[in-house]
Amino acid sequence: MSDERLDGLSVRDVRVSFDGFTAVDGVSLEVPAGDIRFLIGPNGAGKTTLVDAITGLVRATGSVRFGDEELLGRAVHRISRLGIGRTFQTSSVFEELSVLQNLDIAAGARRGWATLARRRRGIPDEVAAALETIGLAGRAEHLAGTLAHGQKQWLEIGMLLVQDARLLLLDEPVAGMSHEERDATGALLETVSRDRTVVVIEHDMDFLRRFARSVTVLHAGRVLSEGTVAQVQADPRVQEVYLGHPVDAGSAPTGREA
Amino acid sequence: MTAVTPAPPGTAVDPAPAGVLPPGRSPGRSRLRTAAGFAFGAALLFAVAPLVLSDFRLALLAKYLCVAMVAVGIGIAWGRGGMLTLGQGVFFGLGGYAMAMHLKLADAGPGGMPDFMQLYGQLDELPLWWRPFASPWFALPATVLLPMAVAFGLGSLVFRRRVRGAYFAILSQALAAAMVILLIGQQGTTGGTNGLTDIKGFFGYDLDDPVNQRMVYFIIAGTLLALLALTRQLIHSRYGELLVAVRDGEERVRFLGYDPATVKLVAYVVAAGMAGLAGALFVPAVGIISPALIGIVPSIEFVIGVAVGGRATLLGPVLGAVAVAWARTALSERFPGTWTYLQGLLFVVVVAFLPGGLASLWALARRRDDGAEPAPRGWSVLGRRRAGRTEVPAA
Amino acid sequence: MTVLFGQLFTGISIGAVLLLIALGLALTFGQMNVINMAHGEFIMAGAYTTYVLQQSITGAGLSLVVALPVAFVVAGAMGVLLEILLIRRLYARPLDTLLVTWGVSLMLQQLARDIFGSPNVQTRAPEILTGNVALPGGLTIANNRLFILALALAAVAALTLALRLTPLGRRIRAVVQNRDLAAVSGIATSRVDRTTFFVGSGLAGLAGVALTLLGPIGPTMGTNLIIDAFLVVVVGGIGQLKGSVIVAFALGVLQATGEYLTTLSVAKVIVFVAIVAFLQWRPQGLFTLRTRSLA
Ligand SMILES: Nc1ncnc2c1ncn2[C@@H]1O[C@H](COP(=O)(O)OP(=O)(O)OP(=O)(O)O)[C@@H](O)[C@H]1O
Ligand SMILES: [Mg+2]
Repeated sequence: MSDERLDGLSVRDVRVSFDGFTAVDGVSLEVPAGDIRFLIGPNGAGKTTLVDAITGLVRATGSVRFGDEELLGRAVHRISRLGIGRTFQTSSVFEELSVLQNLDIAAGARRGWATLARRRRGIPDEVAAALETIGLAGRAEHLAGTLAHGQKQWLEIGMLLVQDARLLLLDEPVAGMSHEERDATGALLETVSRDRTVVVIEHDMDFLRRFARSVTVLHAGRVLSEGTVAQVQADPRVQEVYLGHPVDAGSAPTGREA
Repeated sequence: MTAVTPAPPGTAVDPAPAGVLPPGRSPGRSRLRTAAGFAFGAALLFAVAPLVLSDFRLALLAKYLCVAMVAVGIGIAWGRGGMLTLGQGVFFGLGGYAMAMHLKLADAGPGGMPDFMQLYGQLDELPLWWRPFASPWFALPATVLLPMAVAFGLGSLVFRRRVRGAYFAILSQALAAAMVILLIGQQGTTGGTNGLTDIKGFFGYDLDDPVNQRMVYFIIAGTLLALLALTRQLIHSRYGELLVAVRDGEERVRFLGYDPATVKLVAYVVAAGMAGLAGALFVPAVGIISPALIGIVPSIEFVIGVAVGGRATLLGPVLGAVAVAWARTALSERFPGTWTYLQGLLFVVVVAFLPGGLASLWALARRRDDGAEPAPRGWSVLGRRRAGRTEVPAA
Repeated sequence: MTVLFGQLFTGISIGAVLLLIALGLALTFGQMNVINMAHGEFIMAGAYTTYVLQQSITGAGLSLVVALPVAFVVAGAMGVLLEILLIRRLYARPLDTLLVTWGVSLMLQQLARDIFGSPNVQTRAPEILTGNVALPGGLTIANNRLFILALALAAVAALTLALRLTPLGRRIRAVVQNRDLAAVSGIATSRVDRTTFFVGSGLAGLAGVALTLLGPIGPTMGTNLIIDAFLVVVVGGIGQLKGSVIVAFALGVLQATGEYLTTLSVAKVIVFVAIVAFLQWRPQGLFTLRTRSLA
């Protein structure tokens, strides 16, 4: 993937409303190429909805550009083909297919019908590489439904890798993970971000402090604060939003949503 | 996602894991087993059946095998693709009528009109849309292409707009209802309720001759085997894996850069083509095609065989369809009422309590034999499981 | 002008029948997201109830009046039985529910055949419903059609009021909008489901009574009705009754106009094409409840 361009994400004045309720209210942010940006904010701040807007799941106004391409107004699968991949708050691997089949499908959106009509023989290179990266090489033949929760999350990230996503949007990837799994996931993010741009929605402040390169705080559909971890933590508005609990006390809400 | 929309097709949780070779079984061995299986099937259909069955029974078997072809298609669309199609009778009928129209015209001779048109006496000449069917070069391809075209038309409209699940099932059923009403209403040109009957010849062969009936049987058996081979290739291909992924998580697949509408469309169109072919071969085997054979009730009856045999398996639909059709003949002549109760009960018991069909019992037994290896999730016989479903909010 | 009004009223009266047969379905489909194919047989049960009552109550008018509540209860009880025995075991599997209830409908049809025989039977309509109302301009409207229209509208009104005003109605609406939230708020969702099924199936019974005024009663009468009823619900959108009301009358008028301009059979095809076209525009139906839930 080193031959691929490294692109940044540019969100300008994006608004999403549902029947009169504005969930995202004019958000603008720049994620430079190769960044690991954490998107935080209280429940209902609009984080997931913003990612939905970027990936074409909900209709939005404003502008979202990845590299030179405008994303808003395109169909979901076309946006995906531009190199944008995402995960969901709930695990969404294909449980009745094997790990290998999951990855192979993720790798295949650009395949022609001639390839699709044939049987998969052996393991494609990019799939083998991804299996190594996410540490599931030993479980390639297992049904994805039999994986542990953490492994499913990694499989999802692996699917984004073989999908050739150059922008990864991860919605609460470490929610429900053990400490060891979180560390492994963080390391995975760092590896992955060498030639990709990564945006992570996360409630886990500990995880954020260790792996974020930059942070955007959303509140009530707007950007409340932006900067490095230290800058954001020092921002009094951020502390206020978290109900007087200073963010660095680690008592901010943690992932609890299923 | 609006909570009240019908859940994606994946919710009708499919009990059988898709096309995954159990770990440790080598593809080489599996190919050998397949070849052996096909040889066995061919021997059964081509040697044993003609030897042990009377002409009458063989003709019945020919009819059942046509139903089995429809079932193979439903297995792809519903078992693998999650599209419960309750209107396969439409495609079966299109194929059947196309073939019957040709045979009728051939019976009538050049320039002649089919007997029923003369009977109703409203027409002085052949209606325009009948004319192309005089040529076998038009009629034969039409038996398959016409149903495929209709499926393509309907499918591309509804799948693209994400009409699915129960909505799709109802629409496909409504299509069957509309087609039957149309056929009956246009009695002068379609034969109305009677349909196209009394078909005597099949490309120059007299269908009353038992030898020729046998030939028709062989054509049907050969076609079924060919369709099975095609289906096997399809479900083991990458496309087959993708289809299962779409069934279990249509929205998720979208985010991988595929258009699920196209993926589903292919399966639906293939299933329609198979039903059309089945209808076309049904006509020389049985000698009639009529609205009563293709309406709402027969359309949903095609599905029950698939459910009984095992919707997501290769052979399940074939065996289930033949078994149900056979039981129907055996019982309905002597105890018509009893058969209807039994059929109703089959729907209830199999679908509610054994959604994997008989194939899941078979798989369970085999697993017992293999010993230690625990059944992976998803093999629950009662199908109570909710997992295996990939949730992504729909736009 | 007269022709136009005549067609319009024909359409409205077709719509009233559609509405009556679809109303109960809109309720059960909306609430539980399950397709009950035996709904048509509940209609049949209502019709046969009328027939049976006429055997013992000689006055056609009186028997009709008695039949309305009795048919409601008979069909409603059948619905509850079905809900308890099968449907609630299949909540997460709507497509399987469809097939299972189809099996039930087959058995009920056969049961009707065994009890009443395969040939259709007929009821006598009360005197006042056999005539016509003459309107100025030479237009006449059949009394039985007017009665059905009134019955359909009364059913809609009663249902709407019940959903709005009674505690049970509020519970039903809560479950429709968010089953899980309703459950954790202390609503016994399974009891609500059963009540909904009783009312929805009971409405099918009412429809059955009304249909005896229009034609013969037979074991397979439900099969032909069920699809039309589902199309109304699918196009109307689930979770709200007003969609079904509007769509029932719209389809009725479309059918009547199509029939007038072409033939009955072509009109059916026109209606089908119109529905597919409509779903291009609104795949979720005319009205949808917009909520956001991952379940
Ligand atoms: N489809 C929808 N219809 C109506 N309201 C919606 C819809 N999607 C989101 N919302 C509302 O928009 C707001 C933002 O939701 P969003 O899921 O983006 O928050 P979030 O920041 O991801 O929260 P969390 O941390 O809990 O995941 C919420 O108030 C939510 O209820
Ligand atoms: Mg969120």
